[in-house]
Amino acid sequence: MSMTATVPRFRIGRVVYLTVCGLIFTFLLAPLVVIVPLSFNSEPYFTFTEGMLRLDPEAFSLRWYRQIASDDVWARALGNSLLIGVTATVLATSLGTLAALGLSSRAMPARRLVTGLLISPMVTPLIISAAGMFFFYSALGLSQTHLGLILAHAALGTPFVVITVTATLSAFDRNLTRAAAGLGAGPFETFRRVQLPLIAPGVLSGALFAFAVSFDEVVVVLFMAGENQRTIPRQMWAGVREQLSPAILAAATFLIVFAVLLLGTVEWLRRRAGTSVGA
Amino acid sequence: MAGAVNRPRLRAAGLALPLVAFIGVTFAVPLATMLVRSVYDPIVADALPDTLDQLRDWNGEGAPDEAVYAAAARELLLARDERTLGRVASRVNRVRGGLRSVVVNSVRRLREIPAGPWREAMIDIDADWGDAQTWQAIRTAGDRLTVRHYLNAVDLQRLPDGSIARQPPDRRIYLRLFLRTFAVSLGITALCLLLGYPIAHLIAHARPNRAGLLLALVLVPFWTSLLVRTTSWIVLLQTQGVINDLLVAVGLIGDDGRIALVYNMMGTVVAMTHILLPFMVLPLYSVMRTIPPQQMTAAASLGARFPKAFRRVYWPQTISGVGAGSLLVFILAIGYYITPALVGGQTGQLISNFIAYHMQVSLNWGLAGALGGILLGCVAVLYLLYDRVVGVERMRLG
Repeated sequence: MSMTATVPRFRIGRVVYLTVCGLIFTFLLAPLVVIVPLSFNSEPYFTFTEGMLRLDPEAFSLRWYRQIASDDVWARALGNSLLIGVTATVLATSLGTLAALGLSSRAMPARRLVTGLLISPMVTPLIISAAGMFFFYSALGLSQTHLGLILAHAALGTPFVVITVTATLSAFDRNLTRAAAGLGAGPFETFRRVQLPLIAPGVLSGALFAFAVSFDEVVVVLFMAGENQRTIPRQMWAGVREQLSPAILAAATFLIVFAVLLLGTVEWLRRRAGTSVGA
Repeated sequence: MAGAVNRPRLRAAGLALPLVAFIGVTFAVPLATMLVRSVYDPIVADALPDTLDQLRDWNGEGAPDEAVYAAAARELLLARDERTLGRVASRVNRVRGGLRSVVVNSVRRLREIPAGPWREAMIDIDADWGDAQTWQAIRTAGDRLTVRHYLNAVDLQRLPDGSIARQPPDRRIYLRLFLRTFAVSLGITALCLLLGYPIAHLIAHARPNRAGLLLALVLVPFWTSLLVRTTSWIVLLQTQGVINDLLVAVGLIGDDGRIALVYNMMGTVVAMTHILLPFMVLPLYSVMRTIPPQQMTAAASLGARFPKAFRRVYWPQTISGVGAGSLLVFILAIGYYITPALVGGQTGQLISNFIAYHMQVSLNWGLAGALGGILLGCVAVLYLLYDRVVGVERMRLG
């Protein structure tokens, strides 16, 4: 009797639980899923037209993609985003990897304090960082320059490199460096031929994080960029604030595809790091 | 011997040094200068040094001597030539409302006056120059160091007699704003926990292949541009948007009864919960993965119903994940700027938006610095707590 009573209750609980989870996943994904078809809207609206719901091919078009592709402003924004993003990433990754190597050493003095300082750009409210950087960089003549934005974005990206590389290093088997040293390799050669190949996936995913930070950053850009440094997020901001047009949705779809590619790469690297470093 | 002990220390420190220096120059020093700006305001002191010097001998009652007027006339004209007059006038205006136009208009007319005596000339241009309160305001504005911005940021003011009092009721905005920011962030944290807990549980105890897929569904929004996600919420929630269309189509609301879901606090809360949810799911998932699912089965076979088994067995083991996720979400929420700015409308603005306003529109940089300083202080306390409880280097990123 008690058995028959608990089984349905268990089933009902399970169904409720799975339904709730399904709704939460819908909440997570709906915003991304809705944007993609709307970007093919042939009308200048932000909502599904009747034609779209009937799947009428007339209701869909590439006009917003064509508009973005033919618009110089978007092309220049993409150029700026890539230039600033790539340069900031190289800077953040090299400095961040070196620092992570130091922080992972047991001999590191004041490790907690230094780690706290190096991670702080990640948790400081962006508006405060941006305001401070605006004043300081203006005084140095670096506002409204690419260099200023590169330095700012590199600073914001380094915590992500430090965290991912430190995490990879914590799984690193220190006996390997000792073995290399025992076989006569100097510290630099040990790093280049033993440590670096093994932590490379961690370094790369840190770099991708740093790039994603720069590629998505808009607050510092709002404060510091002039006309010549407008980036993709800055264009999106202008589009949402000033003239809402479905062209924004085409750009957004492009960015979603880009995010999926980035995520795929990072997950692939994580799996590689997981199998090769082991320890 | 000492050298042998210290070499690894030096090497480790040497590796970290370049980044420490880089963060110092590109990030920490700029932040510090912003905070200094909130207590150090030399604009009037630099523009009117002689005037302030002369005012030192003035007893604070009645109109000051001709020497003060002569110095003020000369230095105000100079400030106009050097294009600092506007900022001087704004600064004085913040001590005593209405003085901006007095200063700016008077200087325009002062240019036409070839020579003194300046006292009559200035009082003739504007009777306010004969008012002791005008000169008191200039003297107060001439202090380089000031706690005025911090007083302002917590709705206090310094009265002319030097005592500290609350702002008049219609100017008390910032304490409420801080409270609102905290309350909203707390609400968003609670929502993230409520939504994040079940799906983290689902992912943590699913079969490996399915878990990978479900985790990817959490991570795709995490990697997608913030602006994209905010834009999508506008598309979904606006009055002519997808959700309202859907509600009208199924007949829940009439076409004239469309609900304002965005450009208000609702928009801010929904969009921010969506954006911050992955930051809650990831630490929860990390912790839940280590809990053997057999424990709950064991509890059930020992007679505990689900609520009791959950409360006594499962939940206590997830506390560290709950703490890590909640702290992180709360820290990120109280400093949020972009999303409230785009979807918050008038009522959904948080403290960061007012900092931006004072940076870009009102140009009251000192107040922006003070509001930022208080916000930064709150974040710093929470960050230290996070470091204590979780350890900053163990933050999980995707």
